[in-house]
Amino acid sequence: MLLTIDWLLIIEKLVLIVVVVLVALGIAMYSTWAERKVAAVMQDRKGPTRAGPFGLLQPVADGIKLFFKEEIIPNTSNKFLFVLGPMLAMMTAMLTSAVIPWGNKIELFGRTIDLQIADVNIGILFIFGVVSLGVYGIMIGGWASNNKFSLMAAIRGASQMISYELAMGIAIIALMFITGTLSLKGIVEQQMNHTWNIIYQPIGFLVFFVCALAECNRTPFDLPEAENELNFGYHQEYSSMKLGFYLFAEYINMFISGVVMATLFFGGYDLPFLNEATLSPNIAALIGVLALFGKAIFFVLVFMWIRWTIPRFRYDQLMNLGWKGLLPLALVNMLVTAAVVLWLNK
Amino acid sequence: MNVTEILFWILSALAIGSALMVLLSKNPVHSVLWLIMVFFAISGHYILLNAQFLFIVNLIVYAGAIMVLFLFVIMLMNLNTDTEPQKNKWLRLAGVVAGGCLMLVFVAAFREAEIQRQQANAAVRLVQMGEGNIGLIENLGKALFHEYVLPFEISSVLFLSAMVGAVVIGKKGD
Repeated sequence: MLLTIDWLLIIEKLVLIVVVVLVALGIAMYSTWAERKVAAVMQDRKGPTRAGPFGLLQPVADGIKLFFKEEIIPNTSNKFLFVLGPMLAMMTAMLTSAVIPWGNKIELFGRTIDLQIADVNIGILFIFGVVSLGVYGIMIGGWASNNKFSLMAAIRGASQMISYELAMGIAIIALMFITGTLSLKGIVEQQMNHTWNIIYQPIGFLVFFVCALAECNRTPFDLPEAENELNFGYHQEYSSMKLGFYLFAEYINMFISGVVMATLFFGGYDLPFLNEATLSPNIAALIGVLALFGKAIFFVLVFMWIRWTIPRFRYDQLMNLGWKGLLPLALVNMLVTAAVVLWLNK
Repeated sequence: MNVTEILFWILSALAIGSALMVLLSKNPVHSVLWLIMVFFAISGHYILLNAQFLFIVNLIVYAGAIMVLFLFVIMLMNLNTDTEPQKNKWLRLAGVVAGGCLMLVFVAAFREAEIQRQQANAAVRLVQMGEGNIGLIENLGKALFHEYVLPFEISSVLFLSAMVGAVVIGKKGD
């Protein structure tokens, strides 16, 4: 053959990708269940209880329902782009997981396997790039529906995401001054040896957190799907599993942004007060993975808690918060961090 | 042929094919989407050159920001094929002449480069992977902030003035 390829490496990465995607899908599924339960608790209700114990089979039932719904493509829509929209939304939601270090190395069948799909030295920028591509799913879907409410919602969503990306990027820059590396693996290892970045960058984390809420289109920033103004937002014309993809992408985004926040600011797969070197590598890696998932799920729960506590912003309030509140705050944070880092290194 | 060369050919075909589709598709929204594909393919080439930073910045700036604005404008204008203004015959002719001149320049430049390479007797290779490291963020930062710091800062002033100009134009109505 004319190819010289390390097939084992490719198989290893493929298995890793499948596992990561399946886990992300599973967590997104159960996030929908958790969302309803959290809402129920906050409103003194019971939430889903019929399907399975504690309503645990509810997400499965929902999925089956979505699959069996009639598939409707509007007559006047742009057919190709109409189908492309939800695909893009789902794809950009999953892409980020490629650079996240899910855990330390494990040893299986005599091979040392890195629990990270790709350790690129620009990991953070990759995440940022994929987030900036996330606009397309919403914009293309909203435009292709050929419905003015959808178009309005798509434009709202896109301008909101572009506005909040700026503050998010600057918050990340301030973090970079401290870590000195863009590789996510490097950042996690630094935090394992020293303290978590949240100690150094509390304001940066605050900005990042608010921007992550906005990027996921979660309440109080869910202007693109404001029911009382825009009927149902950019996915109004969608039915069946295409609608399901849009809704699902939101939950995957939530989970992934939880993982990113845990990785950047809360030590990634680091479990505090535990010396990993004393354990066998596989056990240590397993504990690390569980720690990362625990942190991520905590953030997802915080997202839900916020959704059922705070009402939606008005559109001008949203823009004011982004441009006049978060952006200056992030800039000042960046300048102060730069000054302090320069002063300490001198 | 190794993996790199295969990837190079795939990406090149993708880039040229998408670039053609930008021009050929009737719907302007489709043109923008094909243009995004072109940027993806070119970003892929950056990875083959081991220029990871350029790869991601190309995606963030062009595919993630500038193209979104393009899409915005075109979606809001909602151009159709029948509302598209018919261009003047002479204008088309001028376009053909200008395009031909540009192609001539390109061919001349590439031919020159080919001759130089043969003179230098360099190994004939399509791509180099994992070798050049000028595109890595560290080297790029050093080059930008040491050798080219003045042009770099001046270009940022240019951007600032463009931004101020945009705000002035936007405020004109008030």
